[in-house]
Amino acid sequence: MADRIQFELVSPARLLTSMEVDMIVVPGTEGDFAVLPGHMPVVSTLRPGAVDVYVDNTDKPSERFFVAGGFAEVALDTFTVLAETAIPMADLDRSHLEQEIADTREDIEDARSDEDRQASEERLSQLEDMLNSLAEFTKV
Amino acid sequence: MANLKALRGRISSVKSTQKITKAMNMVAAAKLRRAQDAVEASRPYAVRMERVIGTLASGMAGRDDAPALLAGTGSDQKHLIIVATAERGLCGGFNTNIVKAARAKIAELQQAGKDVQILCVGRKGRDALRRQHGSLIIETIEFAGVRSLGFEHAQPVAQKVLAMYEDGAFDVCHLAYSRFESVLAQVPTVAQLIPAQVAADVEEPDLDGAVYTYEPDEEDILRALLPRNVAVQIFKALLENSASEQGARMTAMDNATRNAGDMIDKLTLIYNRQRQAAITTELIEIISGAEAL
Repeated sequence: MADRIQFELVSPARLLTSMEVDMIVVPGTEGDFAVLPGHMPVVSTLRPGAVDVYVDNTDKPSERFFVAGGFAEVALDTFTVLAETAIPMADLDRSHLEQEIADTREDIEDARSDEDRQASEERLSQLEDMLNSLAEFTKV
Repeated sequence: MANLKALRGRISSVKSTQKITKAMNMVAAAKLRRAQDAVEASRPYAVRMERVIGTLASGMAGRDDAPALLAGTGSDQKHLIIVATAERGLCGGFNTNIVKAARAKIAELQQAGKDVQILCVGRKGRDALRRQHGSLIIETIEFAGVRSLGFEHAQPVAQKVLAMYEDGAFDVCHLAYSRFESVLAQVPTVAQLIPAQVAADVEEPDLDGAVYTYEPDEEDILRALLPRNVAVQIFKALLENSASEQGARMTAMDNATRNAGDMIDKLTLIYNRQRQAAITTELIEIISGAEAL
C-alpha cells in the first residue's frame, strides 16, 4: 500500500491539479470526510465548500480549493474530484467577494425577468458559499 | 478578349483575395491549436464521468425506478434535435455537413411519423434550416462574440434542454455536431443525448475485489450526475465543433489560397500574351503604313 494518495482535481474544461498528497478533506453531501491512503472505494456527491489538501503536514492544509458542488471518487489510492467550479482559495479575496455579493444583490433588485433574477440568485448563493468557506479558512 | 487594363485589375484583385485567404488560413491554424488543446483538456472529466455513470447505470439497468434521463419516458414520439454549428461561414463544408446530417435524421424521424423539434446552437445552422424546417425550430442559441468557449456556455443550453425534458416537451434528444478526427477529417455526427447512452464496455477500475461505497446512495448520485452529464456532453460537442470548424476553415482557406495562385498564374499568362499581341499588331501597322508610302 502506498503511503501517499494521488489527488486529481478536474473541471470540465481541464485538469486543474494532479499531485501526491497525504490527506484530503472534502465536503461530502452527507458531511465532510477525510481520505487517507488505503481508503476504501467511495463515490460521493459534494456540496459547495472547501477541499483541503494536506501534504507533509497533517495539521494544516497546504492547499485549499473552493468547489461549488460536484462529486468525488476514491479508488485504490487515487482520489478524483470532479467539480464544475473550482478555485484555489488563495485566489479569493474577501473585500472583492463582498463587493460582488453587494453587486449581485443589486442585480436581483433590478432584475427585469424571472430568469435574470434566478440567475443572479444562484450567483449570489455561490458567492456566499465562497465567502463562508473563505471565512473558515482564514480562521484556521 | 478582355483588354489589358481589365486584366491588370483582375490580377490585382485576385492577389488581394489571396492575401486575405492566406491570413485566414494562418489565423485558423493558430485557433485550431488552441481548440485542440481545449478538447484534449476536457477529456479527463468526461472520461471519469462516463466511468462512474457506466458503473452506476449497469446496476440500475432494468429497474423500474431508474431515473428518466437514463431510462427514457417510455415513449419515443417526440424528438428534439440540437443542431450545433458555427457562427461563421467560410469554413468549407463544415456547416453544410452538419446540417445535412441533421436533415437526414429529421427526414428519417418524420418518415417514421415522429414529431420533431429543432434547437439551433449557432447562427449558421438556423440560417440553413430555416427555409425547409423553419416551423420546427423552437429556439436559436448564438455564441456570437464568444472568444473562447467555456463550460459556462454549455450550461445554459443544458439547463434549457433539461427543463424542456422535465416539462415533457420531448422524449428523445439527439445532438448533431462535427466530431474532430483530424485537421483533414471532420465527421458529422448525430449522437443520442437523452436518454443517456451508456457505453457497454466501461473499463472498471481494478479495486482489488473491493466494492464502491456510495454516498448518499447510488440512485441519488445517478440523479445528480445525469443532468451534469448532459451538460458535459454538450460542452464536449461544442469543443469538438470549434476544433472541427477551425480545421475545416484551415483546409478551405489553404485550397482557396492555392486556387488564387493558380488563377494569378493563368491570368498573368493571358496578360503577357495579349500585351505581346498588342505590340505585334502595332508593329505590323507601322511597317505596313511605311510600305504603303
